[in-house]
Amino acid sequence: MGKLARKVAIIGAGMCKFGRNFPLKRNPDMWVDAWIDAVNRVDNGIEPKDIDACYVGNYSSDLFNHQGHLGPQMANLVGLTPKPAARFEGACASSGVAFRQGILAIASGVHDIVAISGVECMTEVSTTLVTDTLATASDNLFEYPAGATFPGLYAAAASAHFHKYGTTHDDLKRIAIKNHENGKENPYAQMQQSLKEIMASKIKKFESQGRDIPDWKDEMDFLGSSSNPMIASPLRLFDCSLVTDGAACVFLAAEDVAKKYTDTPIWITGSGQGSAALSLHDRGEITGFIAAREAARQAYEMSGLGPKDIQIAEVHDCFTIAELIALEDLGFYEKGKAAEAIKNGETKRDGIRPINTSGGLKSKGHPVGATGAAMAVETFKQMRGIAERNRQVKFDVEKALTHNLGGSGATCVVTIYEK
Amino acid sequence: MPEEKEITVQNYLDYINNKKLMGSKCKKCGTFDVPPRKLCIKCNSTDMEWVEMSGKGKIAAFSCIGVGTSFMVNKGYSMKKPYCFSVIELNEGPMISGQLVGVDETKPDDIKINTPVQVTFLETELQGGEIRVDLGFEPV
Repeated sequence: MGKLARKVAIIGAGMCKFGRNFPLKRNPDMWVDAWIDAVNRVDNGIEPKDIDACYVGNYSSDLFNHQGHLGPQMANLVGLTPKPAARFEGACASSGVAFRQGILAIASGVHDIVAISGVECMTEVSTTLVTDTLATASDNLFEYPAGATFPGLYAAAASAHFHKYGTTHDDLKRIAIKNHENGKENPYAQMQQSLKEIMASKIKKFESQGRDIPDWKDEMDFLGSSSNPMIASPLRLFDCSLVTDGAACVFLAAEDVAKKYTDTPIWITGSGQGSAALSLHDRGEITGFIAAREAARQAYEMSGLGPKDIQIAEVHDCFTIAELIALEDLGFYEKGKAAEAIKNGETKRDGIRPINTSGGLKSKGHPVGATGAAMAVETFKQMRGIAERNRQVKFDVEKALTHNLGGSGATCVVTIYEK
Repeated sequence: MPEEKEITVQNYLDYINNKKLMGSKCKKCGTFDVPPRKLCIKCNSTDMEWVEMSGKGKIAAFSCIGVGTSFMVNKGYSMKKPYCFSVIELNEGPMISGQLVGVDETKPDDIKINTPVQVTFLETELQGGEIRVDLGFEPV
């Protein structure tokens, strides 16, 4: 595994408020909001003339918004024309891929500063069309006719994990509870409510409609009730991430110029990317993702760090089961052992290795093409000690990791950050 | 068998339309693939032949899906009437996706991994009367 030929740092990062933003905000509006938010976090300021290239991660504006060619479209919004601008696609890892290409472009010596970003506007189309569009990231020829949906594919992985390791739905509920606890503290998140608050507002609604008031004992009880409907067994509504509109933006700079913009750059010391067969059935293994393990192997090797060195991580919890599998694929826990660690609270904000302090895709939201860049935004904030509200972890974060998975695991980008 | 048809996606789908589950076998290393491959990813050989699969296997993974694809929604499936998506490990080794029928999709806890299944071909009448055939499986 090669090293980066020169060091690369994040000098600023930002995002727009995630949510059901359409039609109030469309792709260009959200992208500019993310850009401005990122510019505001570059300590000594940054101007378009300083930036050499603009990489945009986007999964499917073609199908969601009937618009392709987002690279030059976005670049022009902030005066980057005629600099190189391009869109990158890797399903839900689209901006993770754009991020990595930005890192490689700087390390190669061709560019000094690259703006990497991600944007997706999903709520312009109906839920069935969202389901169908997301399903194009799985195999349209051999999985779609069998009825595969995204929740369905991760649910199938869950069924195999349950069978092999004795994992239960209770283990997954704890992930949802934790991520909503974190999202509550994130002003940029789509759902800024804990599960307890969601339950309270449901009870209020039931009261106003004169319906029987459910007597849920606690969050676990609620998550096992009919108020949390089965989407794709064993996954229920609150096991699924959200349908979201959003954008995120990160400025990457070469070591030679980074200090001009900030005294405290966040260094990228490891970057890895892996792939796998598009179809779940074609991988031989259903309880883990080889693309993630390969991406992690490369990133660890490049950085010289191992799983034990990582203090916090943002992982791709498109479904609760995906967070559990990610913790195993990244080597934080042995295969089949993540559930116990989650139960012990190790992944909570006050645990030994907090996972998804942003609220994750579950609560912050999952505008698919923007998710990888948004993970870098949260990592930047946690390492700078500027995470909003009560979300900042209580220790100094020197080493962090992000894990951005595409499709049902056919693309994965893992990045390691150090101060 | 073996047949002379070129190994292509369309020829594989045409076989399914004719209710035959066909795969490829590498003449060099003996690896089976479903869907078939023109190039063996185990040994890099292009010396491949069509073989008909036994159609027998076992459940490797499954999910009873309430919020389905438009194809399944059009077939009448819904939250109240889920369908079962499954990954089947064929006796010859490869895994393949198919709709699992002959089970109670409203009781996923009763469906067990490793249950033996056999292939069945599911017919759907499309608008205009054309019949589409898809791969399905049912418990033996």
